[in-house]
Amino acid sequence: MDLVFNDEQRFIREEARRFLADKSASERVRQTVNAGTGFDAGLWSAIAGELGWCAMAVPEAHDGLGLGKTELAILMEAAGERLAAVPLWSTICAGVPLLLAVASDEARQHYLPRIAAGEIAVAVAWGNAGAVDPLSATAVVAEATEAGYRLGGRVAQVIDLEAADVVLVPARLGEDLALFALERDAGHEVRRLETLDGTRQIGELTMRGLAVCAQSRLDGGAYTGRDVAGAVATAQLGLAAEQVGAARGVMDVTLAYVAERVQFGRTIASFQAVKHRCARLEVDLAEARALVYGAAATLEAGLGAETAREVSAARALASDLLFRASEEAIQLHGGVGFTWEYDPHLYFKRAQAACSLLGSPEDHLAVIAAGMFEEGAAA
Amino acid sequence: MSADTLTQLRTEVRAWMADHLRGRFEPLRYRGNAGDGDAFPELRKEWERELAAGRWTCPGWPEEHGGRGLSVAEQVVFQEEYGIAGGPGRMGHIGEGLMGPTLIAFGTQEQKDRFLPGIRAGTEYWCQGYSEPSAGSDLGNIRTRARQDPSTGDWHVSGQKVWTSLAHLSDWIFVLARCEEGSVGRNGLVFLLMPLDQPGVEVQPIRQIGGGAEFNSVFLDDAVAKPEHVVGKPGEGWKIAMALLGFERGISTLGQQMAFAQELDLICAIARENGASRSPAMRQRIAKAWVGLRAMRYLAMRVLSEDTSEEARRERLGYKYHWSNWHRDLGKLAMDVMGTEANLVGGDLRRERLQQLFLFSRADTIYGGTNEIQLNLIAEQGLGMPREPRGGLG
Ligand SMILES: Cc1cc2nc3c(=O)[nH]c(=O)nc-3n(C[C@H](O)[C@H](O)[C@H](O)COP(=O)(O)OP(=O)(O)OC[C@H]3O[C@@H](n4cnc5c(N)ncnc54)[C@H](O)[C@@H]3O)c2cc1C
Repeated sequence: MDLVFNDEQRFIREEARRFLADKSASERVRQTVNAGTGFDAGLWSAIAGELGWCAMAVPEAHDGLGLGKTELAILMEAAGERLAAVPLWSTICAGVPLLLAVASDEARQHYLPRIAAGEIAVAVAWGNAGAVDPLSATAVVAEATEAGYRLGGRVAQVIDLEAADVVLVPARLGEDLALFALERDAGHEVRRLETLDGTRQIGELTMRGLAVCAQSRLDGGAYTGRDVAGAVATAQLGLAAEQVGAARGVMDVTLAYVAERVQFGRTIASFQAVKHRCARLEVDLAEARALVYGAAATLEAGLGAETAREVSAARALASDLLFRASEEAIQLHGGVGFTWEYDPHLYFKRAQAACSLLGSPEDHLAVIAAGMFEEGAAA
Repeated sequence: MSADTLTQLRTEVRAWMADHLRGRFEPLRYRGNAGDGDAFPELRKEWERELAAGRWTCPGWPEEHGGRGLSVAEQVVFQEEYGIAGGPGRMGHIGEGLMGPTLIAFGTQEQKDRFLPGIRAGTEYWCQGYSEPSAGSDLGNIRTRARQDPSTGDWHVSGQKVWTSLAHLSDWIFVLARCEEGSVGRNGLVFLLMPLDQPGVEVQPIRQIGGGAEFNSVFLDDAVAKPEHVVGKPGEGWKIAMALLGFERGISTLGQQMAFAQELDLICAIARENGASRSPAMRQRIAKAWVGLRAMRYLAMRVLSEDTSEEARRERLGYKYHWSNWHRDLGKLAMDVMGTEANLVGGDLRRERLQQLFLFSRADTIYGGTNEIQLNLIAEQGLGMPREPRGGLG
């Protein structure tokens, strides 16, 4: 296993970071936050369209570039660093892997090339966005009808719902699980919710006896939780990478501030209490980041029990890291850290919101412990 | 490097260790690591010679100096297998990992010819004479004086070294001393190689928290170093001393990780037996230890790579802080898992091993740069923050 980026990966990373430093700079993120949309449509059309980032996640057989988990993590890390308000994670880390995991050939061919071309953004209506296994509680019920299916139920929080052109909806069909796609005009109700983290959209999805055609069911036959475990792991990994990137972003904000601010006749960066706190965060960042890319490499090789544990490990570390980096940012900024005008609060809110998605650090540690004690050997 | 070569090497080392680390060497398993350096000293020296006979000392040295010229990846395999087999802490570590590479890089031909074979063969042992009572974290505050006799060219050295690991079991010491009168800090130092067995040298063991005495005070009273035993030029001592520390890039800590993994396994086994594994709080802590160990493994792979990126540079600076604190926390976890059982000593080998872990891991965050010094380095060299001001006292 080689954890050093190759030339192509380095290039992707540098270009992505350069682009977002310019196009998702603080003022731009603030416009999105102030507008209350949680979505920067202009930025998304550049990312999905001109830059073709979505194509990287789509296999070549479906007109994509078929790049791996490491590249996915690289893009998410870059997006996190600038709190890019786009449905990138939903589309390439949640939507595409879910389609690849359960959709029929026909359904893949219908959606994946359009995703690769940047024509559509995707959201996934996980039954429980807060659980390590977000498909564990699916409240949507499907019934077969003569013309197709009827969907009923409500999903309380769907990330990027309004921004998405297609919503993937896991539903219970009798004893089985089935996956449905709703395009914009399908007749479901979308309600934008006001969010703590203004850089990521959340919506409520309601279907009241919604009649859909047979083709909107994507899976080629019922699937189980096991079939989608790899897709969930990819979503977890992408989220962890995004968290690590956001930690980098907020730490750089802090480092720049402490280098400028003068008290007691010296910059506050020269106080050892300040230096040590920054240094400790830097060590933790390196740790979480190494785990993200290590887990990306093992996930690329296939999903085993160990891989799932590593992905959980990456999430546990990344969630803690981002929260601490952003709370330290507020603290080390002093009074201005408490203002709307300075950036720390943007990261702080993202930190809390992201930490709650797909399992808290404690949930992930519990999964790891179960793996160690109930399933087999430890290290 | 093909995966095949690595697998072949792995098989070879594994077989060799299984063949040799047994019989009279059996008691050495898992012993003699940092903090436990004075365990079974004579037997561990014999073990060094056993390794030497198998050409497993100094495998990373170039072949022209008697090594195997193993690549980093191959050395990692060797260290991992050594650790998995429970190979004891290396008595020859300072010679092999620090002195040898320094001589290979900076030594004269005569120095290489004189000293490298003894290190390789496990017949001459080295210790490190840097720290002094007034020069710990502030290593530049060295007071030991070296004066050259103009008639003989000999260096006469007086002063005190302290915390010198294994000095009582070593033959040679490398000493950082002040050779220019009135010089301060990093200037005016000389790097000398000195035999310990001479009239001006007295070694006094210091009892440690584990009860044993791995480190010592070394009193130098007009002790002599030969003119041909200066490494680099007089006045360049700091440069050589720092380069020596730079050779410790962490390959040996990879072997250490295998031992860490076994320690965690042992903790899990005990937790299963005594029911600690059913406590939600304990499970969280154990899971956290697993997470830290996994991260360490990937971090080590990045640290040992040839990556020259800014991230890699910062990761290298932070690696010691990460592993040493992880390991220290593991020691506490081990004791907490054992509960009141851990209050009793003797009798139970597994318990003893974890009690040693608890005590010895306290040294991890002190030697080789304390936690606080590591954080200073990360902040200053990694994050470009201002340097610590120097005070006016001693
Ligand atoms: C098991 C063991 C083996 C050793 N083996 C050897 C050996 O073989 N050869 C050798 O030369 N040395 C050896 N040492 C010595 C070791 O390198 C020193 O102990 C270490 O460098 C710390 O120096 P000190 O003990 O004087 O502590 P001090 O420097 O006095 O430190 C005391 C405390 O003050 C803190 N402190 C000091 N400076 C700063 C600062 N600038 N900012 C913030 N905090 C600061 C330290 O972090 C520490 O917490 C060994 C030590 C141990 C524990």
